[in-house]
Amino acid sequence: MTLALSRRAAMLGAAATSGSLLFAGGQAGAQQKPTELRVGITTFLSGPASVFGVPARQAADLLFEEINKAGGIAGIPVRAFYVDEGPGTDHLVGEYRRLVQNEGVHIVFASISSGSCLACTPLSDEMKKTTLLWDCGTQRIFEEGPHPFAFRTQGYGTPEVLAPLLYLLKHKPEFRSIAVINQDYAWGRDSWELWKAGMDALKPGVRVLAELFPRFNSTDFSTEITRLLALRPDVILSTSWGGELVTLIRQASERKLFERSTFVLPVAEASLQQLGKAMPQGHVIGARGDHWNNHPKPKDPARFKRFVDTYRAKYNEYPIYPCHHMAQAIAAMQAGIARAVAAKGGGWPNDQELANAFRGLTFDSPTSSITLREDGQGLEDQIVGLSTFTDKFAFAVPKDMVIFPAAMVSTPVGQKSVPWLKSLKPEILDQMPAPIAG
Amino acid sequence: MGAWFSENGLLIGLALLDGLANAALIFMVAVGLNLVFGVLRIVNVAHGSLFAIGAYAAASLGLFLASLGLPPAFGFAALVVAAALVGGLLGPLIERLVLRRIYGQEEVLQLLVTFALFMILEDVQKLVWGVQPILQDAPMKLLGTVEVPFGEDTIPFTAYQLFLLPGVALATLVGLAWFLRRTLTGRVIVAVTTDKEAAMAMGIDAAKVTLLTFTFGAALAALGGALASPTTSLVPGIGAQTIVLSFAVVATAGLGQIEGAAISALMIGLGRSIAVYLAPEFEVVVPYLIMVAVLLVRPQGLFGVLETRRV
Repeated sequence: MTLALSRRAAMLGAAATSGSLLFAGGQAGAQQKPTELRVGITTFLSGPASVFGVPARQAADLLFEEINKAGGIAGIPVRAFYVDEGPGTDHLVGEYRRLVQNEGVHIVFASISSGSCLACTPLSDEMKKTTLLWDCGTQRIFEEGPHPFAFRTQGYGTPEVLAPLLYLLKHKPEFRSIAVINQDYAWGRDSWELWKAGMDALKPGVRVLAELFPRFNSTDFSTEITRLLALRPDVILSTSWGGELVTLIRQASERKLFERSTFVLPVAEASLQQLGKAMPQGHVIGARGDHWNNHPKPKDPARFKRFVDTYRAKYNEYPIYPCHHMAQAIAAMQAGIARAVAAKGGGWPNDQELANAFRGLTFDSPTSSITLREDGQGLEDQIVGLSTFTDKFAFAVPKDMVIFPAAMVSTPVGQKSVPWLKSLKPEILDQMPAPIAG
Repeated sequence: MGAWFSENGLLIGLALLDGLANAALIFMVAVGLNLVFGVLRIVNVAHGSLFAIGAYAAASLGLFLASLGLPPAFGFAALVVAAALVGGLLGPLIERLVLRRIYGQEEVLQLLVTFALFMILEDVQKLVWGVQPILQDAPMKLLGTVEVPFGEDTIPFTAYQLFLLPGVALATLVGLAWFLRRTLTGRVIVAVTTDKEAAMAMGIDAAKVTLLTFTFGAALAALGGALASPTTSLVPGIGAQTIVLSFAVVATAGLGQIEGAAISALMIGLGRSIAVYLAPEFEVVVPYLIMVAVLLVRPQGLFGVLETRRV
């Protein structure tokens, strides 16, 4: 009973401070402008995925500080409420409710893990709270049903897998065998399913020599590497990330596996700084988007450089893709709120009006423009290239980069990824833009 | 059967080589856990943190020595020195400040306290070393690779994993057995393990023995981590998976069993490697399948002895 009372008191208190939030969803008329813009952000602050979550939080802190110094968004300062995804989805669901009901957040950024997004998105429907999916990659979100309050401000699994596949088919069309070594969880399994569907359609007859899914968070791949050395596949695919990818690359490189097979690493970008010169050259690498440090033609080079330089100055490392995805979500939020406020003639939007502003929204990232489609999915270009070293960076970057337009590699609205990938024809390779040296 | 072996025999041979290195690392951690349990009668969940801190400390020290321009061979010294420092500093600190307060308490309380300690040390690691992977593979690179014949082909293995890790594990096993059976201090530890009350009645300072044993166990965990550090990248969470696997080894062997831990580590290490070749989807569960199979037949573990109830 005490708990219930204190919970209610907390809710009322939060509502009072942030301006009638409890009833905001149902009121289309006068909406009091809040004293601060409250943003709930779910990210990994613990566990292996904190290699993404902590840099992303750092990027958010840096950008919010800049925004607040410049007067905030729509004239009000931004305040972030961070929630750790580490303890799992059951915990996160409770935390999402707490953010909305107790903290009175106006918008939620969720999440890194696909499982987290799959858990939070239905809550956005239920609580009618605009939720920007800022990093998760599962294709299921918008393919399995509409979510009127959810919008993904970056690409997702299908383009992130299809772009490297197309690149490989163009770069090494003669390959006849492949092996996969992915982490044993949703992304590892799903990304292989997507790859296989596309590969079977575009190059039938490729022999799959091994499907290896080592335990999530493995620290040793010696046995898998031995097996791959013995099998000698032409290509090895790994969508692994974080410490596991670093370990796999180091152990495989030490044992000369990179000399026997061509690796395709769609999520390599985030690990390249840790690898330094240990990353072998001439292998296919991706970035879950287009935000490579040597992007050949960013849309706003000055803005891109400013973000990278400021982040480096503050944290002593280059921003990795989750930092850029966080920056994209913040840019989308700024554009969405500006649009909603303008649509209301300068008034503050309610939850429904805010969500309406995001549908079809186009916003600028430092590297390109991203449009949120009618189903809520963002269209983010993908850049894939071959690992190489330049004088400018102490770690590998891509050369011979292909900028895949998002629409070319994303499943059309209303279709599901696997059947769409199975329906692809080799002619899609003719649409591929020419590589840029980099 | 003969045809199967001629087809897969070479692959199984490769799996055995991988399994040996794997077993060596698991053993280093599990034997420390087992030793500590034998004397303190506490299942120390924070043992995994000592593994992780040992690994981080070894990598940091190795990188520091390299930054001074010292030859890569100093990386080997860094492994041993880091393990000794972590064991020698953290071991007594944990035993004196935390564990000593919960001796003889309910097992649930002991588990909760050591689990809390584990969580605190996990955060300490993040505070000190951050969340990005840390690499220091100079010792592994220094030893180079060995080409193992495989039919008409050859398979490169690192000499570090093929020789050094199993060698250190074997030396630890032999040294520990000699220490416990042939030295006075070792025999005192065995006496406290066997019957603490009787040992104290004979004049043995049990408090000193527990402190010594825990420090030694902590150093073994840290040495396991230090030895693993050149082969992997260090990230948050490495302690958790190590402790889970070590529990499987200890439960399979029987609590308090040193040689048993070696054999169980070998069974689990080889079992995992062979699974990667024959049925990769079972690699994750093999350690636990082995553990469950053993415990169903011998609830006290392969080498454990049933304790008679004391009145």
